[in-house]
Amino acid sequence: MLAIRDSICLAALFACAFTTRGQADPVHSSGSSRHEPPERGTPNQGMARIPDGVYRPLFRAVTDLKEVPVKSFYLDVLPVTNGDYLEFVRANPRWQRSLVKRIFGDESYLKHWAGDLDPGTNAPANVPVTQVSWFAAKAYGQWKGKRLPTVAEWEYAASASPTRADGENDAEFKRQVLRWYSMPSPAKLSAVGLDCANLWGVRDLHGLVWEWVSDFNTAMVTGDARNDSGLDRELFCGAGAIGAKDVENFPAFMRYGFRSSLKADYCVHNLGFRCAKDL
Amino acid sequence: MKTKLLSNLRPLALVTALTFGTFTIASAAGADAIRPKGLAAEGTDSSITGAENAVLAQAPHVPPPITRKHATKVIVNLEVIEVTRRLADGVDYVFWTFGGNVPGSFIRIREGDNVEFHLNNHQDNKMPHNIDLHAVTGPGGGAASSFTAPGHTSQFSFKALNPGLFIYHCATAPVGMHVGNGMYGLILVEPKEGLPPVDREYYVMQGEFYTIGGYGEEGLQGFDMNKATDERPSYVVFNGAVGSLVGDKALTAKAGETIRLYVGNGGPNLTSSFHVIGEIFDTVYQEGGTTPSQHNVQTTAIPAGGAAMMEFKVEVPGTYVLVDHALFRAFNKGALGMLKVEGPQNLIVYSGKEVDAVYLGKAVEGGEAEKRVAALKAEVAQEIKSNPKIAGLTKEIQIQKGKSVYLQTCFVCHQPEGQGVPDQIPPLAKSDFLTGSDKGNIIRGVVAGRTGEITVNGKTYNGTMISMAYLTDDQIANVLTYVRNSWGNTGDAGTIQEVARIRQETPAPPAKSSFE
Repeated sequence: MLAIRDSICLAALFACAFTTRGQADPVHSSGSSRHEPPERGTPNQGMARIPDGVYRPLFRAVTDLKEVPVKSFYLDVLPVTNGDYLEFVRANPRWQRSLVKRIFGDESYLKHWAGDLDPGTNAPANVPVTQVSWFAAKAYGQWKGKRLPTVAEWEYAASASPTRADGENDAEFKRQVLRWYSMPSPAKLSAVGLDCANLWGVRDLHGLVWEWVSDFNTAMVTGDARNDSGLDRELFCGAGAIGAKDVENFPAFMRYGFRSSLKADYCVHNLGFRCAKDL
Repeated sequence: MKTKLLSNLRPLALVTALTFGTFTIASAAGADAIRPKGLAAEGTDSSITGAENAVLAQAPHVPPPITRKHATKVIVNLEVIEVTRRLADGVDYVFWTFGGNVPGSFIRIREGDNVEFHLNNHQDNKMPHNIDLHAVTGPGGGAASSFTAPGHTSQFSFKALNPGLFIYHCATAPVGMHVGNGMYGLILVEPKEGLPPVDREYYVMQGEFYTIGGYGEEGLQGFDMNKATDERPSYVVFNGAVGSLVGDKALTAKAGETIRLYVGNGGPNLTSSFHVIGEIFDTVYQEGGTTPSQHNVQTTAIPAGGAAMMEFKVEVPGTYVLVDHALFRAFNKGALGMLKVEGPQNLIVYSGKEVDAVYLGKAVEGGEAEKRVAALKAEVAQEIKSNPKIAGLTKEIQIQKGKSVYLQTCFVCHQPEGQGVPDQIPPLAKSDFLTGSDKGNIIRGVVAGRTGEITVNGKTYNGTMISMAYLTDDQIANVLTYVRNSWGNTGDAGTIQEVARIRQETPAPPAKSSFE
């Protein structure tokens, strides 16, 4: 895990500030300020502004647009951490582990925490919070005056490599991302912010955890990969039949697959979230 | 059933399900309420008696044959787990597995069984997974009903309508990668009447791996999407790793046993030309069907996503090598396995090596080959002359060498101990003819053959000894020395010169010997 994340960075060493796990960063001080984790405490603190752009859905109904315009928005630079989430459950007791309504979070909700208000050693403050449901993530966003990003926003922001907006055309970037998807989750997640930032200054979109999006269940795949590019798809998905636009974009397939396997109460050990906000 | 279903559910899952319309629910009061519409309630399928947990086996082993004569409910629990394992020496790979191994656990059920299938996706896994069993009649083979997030479990049921040997595999997007990482296995639906009894059954599954590094490149290797889409695997292996069926992990059997192989091909891309070197499949159930499709088969094609059963009796001890006979896969990419058969030799079926001689091409008079033979002979003569050890060929060495000639050539008629065959073949043991005759007479018999009456130890024989002229001069000299100094005979050694002289004096046999 460690090596992979580092190699993602290495691929773009020339372009971005670079940090190695547990090591001083030799080029950190020379990195451009755009790529530094933004200071917290300012308006839209910790968020990066993503410019207007276009999202090309992997799957779409015949009536859907081939290209979906994405209006400029703010996106958290980092995934929400255990530390952040602890503040949330302190302020909103109904989201504490022992108090959460089972309908809003399955029995894995915050299971790795030591207690209601004690993340414990398995959930360090600087590590992404996981085992949270879609409901919980949504509530966190509201509490922060933010919201979850849409699939379109998330995919558009995440398609940027460290050097270019169209990361899907960057073979090395794609290869490194795919490598993360091939590996089982590590027993201990790494801290946030150690990955190099992408072109928009956002970090950890790949290589740390899966992330909730607001409309995770709209781009349903059936779970049977072969139907998803065939006419039968509408039997399962209620959507028009059309193949994937880019059958070689394996990471995109996997994200769609992963989202489709979820229900809103699911709490998964490698699934976290980050928030977005309108301009 | 009711208790089981209820205990499998989270207490509030019913409410969740209601909220999101996952199930059609008439009433949340009882377990029956969560059974999807159209599924027959327990007890209405009168063909089902009892319930049991499936016995799963890891390759190369196969669960025991099913002895019960009725259909039952079989509960299968299969866990999907992503693990780092050895692909070849020094090479690791992250395999996505059904049950912790590649290939996945072998599932054995009987035609007509109702299978309650639980797919458990281990909580540490990165990916959602599902399962498509080719033995299932229904959309996706169960794939859509078994789509499962990490840390969750899915359940579906099916009735095994069609007997046969079937593949199962993950069908989650991108399906080629899930299969390419090892997500396949076999499920056998035994026909009601069972399969013919055999002595041993084994489970072998072929699959390709597309690693970023080339074959043998050490370290943890990632999946290479470009190689996969180009169908250029770095590895083609049996049972998930190079060498998984060789050495002390080889399949074993005893001579005389009948073996049935269940062979699947997970692919994801290549068709296997499955062959066992040195064996002929007595019966092949091509494509995993239940009717023997062919007898006496050398190589059987197993498509990606397909399987076959083959039965054969192993007659002769030795090591039989399993290959994909697309040979670069076998010798350069790992598609090799072994079947070691122990037991007594059977020389009638297989003799072992009978002749090992230099072959220099057909001698054309004055041609290059003949010149080369002449040159070699001169070289050998010079070597013998200059090497006292060789030149001083002792009688003992001649007897040793002559014995091997005898045991390849003469013993068939004269018998291993020179005792001959009463009234047909004269004995060589304690033979007055052999020790009393002129050596030249004996040599002449070997070179030209012998017909007509001959008296040995007072008994008259009237048979035919065919010419052994194809033996070399030194072979004849040695075998002569051996028989004249074995089984109670004593005599001096024969020499190459004597044999050469007699051969020159003796007219060539009129026709080709049947031995040539």
